Amino acid sequence: MRKGRTALLVVLATIPLAVGPGSPTAAGELDRFRGLTGTINIAGGTAHVPVMTEAARRIMTAYPSIRIAVAAGGTGVGVQKVGEGLVDIGNSGRALTAEEVARYGLVSVPLALDGVAPIAHPKNPVTGLTTAEIRGIFAGTIANWDEVGGGSSPIHRYTRDEASGTREVFWKGILGEGPVTSAANVVASNGAMKSAVARNEQAVGYISIGLVDDTVKPLRVDGVAPTQENARNGTYPVVRTLYANTRGAPSGLAKAFLDYLGGPEGAQIIRQSGYLPLR
Amino acid sequence: MRRSSATHRGGEGPLAPLGRASLWAFAALAVASVLAILGFLAAFSLPIFSDGRLSRVLAWTWQPLQGEFGVLPMMTGTLLLATSAVALALPMGVGVCGFAHGVGPRSLGRLVRGIVQFMTGIPTVVYGFVSVFLLVPLVRATFGSTSGYCWLSAALTLAFLTLPTVVIVLDGHLRHLDSALRLGAAALGLNPAQQFAWVFLPASSRGLLAAALLAFGRAVGDTLVSLMVAGNAPLVPSSPLAPLRTLTAHIGLVLAADVHSTAYHSLFLSGVLLFGVTALVSLGVRWVAAAQEEGEAPR
Repeated sequence: MRKGRTALLVVLATIPLAVGPGSPTAAGELDRFRGLTGTINIAGGTAHVPVMTEAARRIMTAYPSIRIAVAAGGTGVGVQKVGEGLVDIGNSGRALTAEEVARYGLVSVPLALDGVAPIAHPKNPVTGLTTAEIRGIFAGTIANWDEVGGGSSPIHRYTRDEASGTREVFWKGILGEGPVTSAANVVASNGAMKSAVARNEQAVGYISIGLVDDTVKPLRVDGVAPTQENARNGTYPVVRTLYANTRGAPSGLAKAFLDYLGGPEGAQIIRQSGYLPLR
Repeated sequence: MRRSSATHRGGEGPLAPLGRASLWAFAALAVASVLAILGFLAAFSLPIFSDGRLSRVLAWTWQPLQGEFGVLPMMTGTLLLATSAVALALPMGVGVCGFAHGVGPRSLGRLVRGIVQFMTGIPTVVYGFVSVFLLVPLVRATFGSTSGYCWLSAALTLAFLTLPTVVIVLDGHLRHLDSALRLGAAALGLNPAQQFAWVFLPASSRGLLAAALLAFGRAVGDTLVSLMVAGNAPLVPSSPLAPLRTLTAHIGLVLAADVHSTAYHSLFLSGVLLFGVTALVSLGVRWVAAAQEEGEAPR
């Protein structure tokens, strides 16, 4: 709730600079859906869900004859489902592999930029770590917070499962594809990671920057704060692109939907959801 | 309604063949789906058996990024967690049943039994959720060295989850004890606690065994509590305060992995292992029931 409200405040504050109020009636961008009817089924990456749901809500409010169903499931599920033709748009939190493109004939549309930030409990005195320290912590060679400038207490590490796009970005971007100790706790989603770290003062973990709020503290990496601004201007390098994928080039309703997300109002929805628009 | 019951009294109604056919159909459907599940599991895990990856899957290290796909730590985790949960739930269940069968006041006993039976209706996720917010921080604060997401927390939660199974099964057996046994025990001058401990409980030892087996099956099959509370580290736990990962949680975590990977195929082997454990439990329960019928039959 609190996050939603701050996001709304940010939106309201940027109205004079942006295209105008976000209400569907005022925006001319929804005109592209005029005369279209039918259903769009969307599944895949969990990071996309807030963006997709908000866009769907606005479109369906303006044009009730269009139905848009948004499901999660994760990157793997999104690629699989759109490839098998079970959904119209399959979201992925990573670029498709050459094999996936070849096997299914998929076309990717980059939607937004998302960073991954290491996080700790807000009461933890540590405000930042070096890359080497983070690697040591996750490899298991650094086991106590006092080795990295914190209080004397064991470090509780939290990581994600192997299918997680967030884990992949963190593993490549910060851990340098190095080892993660098997003793780390494994959580199943960004949400579970946030609630686990928010309730454990000795915890360290990592989540999508878009989901950081004041229940957890993002840690500086080599002195760079993991913020949207730093991700945008390239000083914070641990970023990924969120994609929407279709089988063959998008057409009809799916094309209108993706065009809408690529437009100014889509950019506003993306920013409001905590990510960075690309266009 | 009345007419149909009247026709039934004289024999089978006109709809009886239809009813029998539908019963056959449902029975066949149930059997077929179990066989189909087994068939699918076998078919999907076949690639692992055929191209020599079996030794890599039946190993002790799960590091898929380094090409290690061992599921044995998860198998061990499942057995350790289920065993410890049942070991905690059994004494609790015996206590509840003893309280309800004479040791405690009758009305209070009925209330306790009612509450425990109500617990069967609580969704698993509620147990998991409450544990994450109450038990996990408590374990962390008490022991310090653990994150709280560990074997102990999961075992305690699962003990409460399986408690109703123990109570309901054992209670059923206690209720059906021969009333002569009750009279005899009372006539010997035993007080209610003594009656329960020395007469009723030994007389329903098979019920206790059946309760333990069913509770074990329930604990093995649970996914959500272990996924939410046990910490999910793919290691054999070194102490009750260390995290563990069960087969069910493992399947839940890895399911979204690439469909053509060894990691994905290893899930089907995990499924086969789970199926095997459950089948053994089910056979055990049948064996207990059969032995009991034999014992009760008039000689």
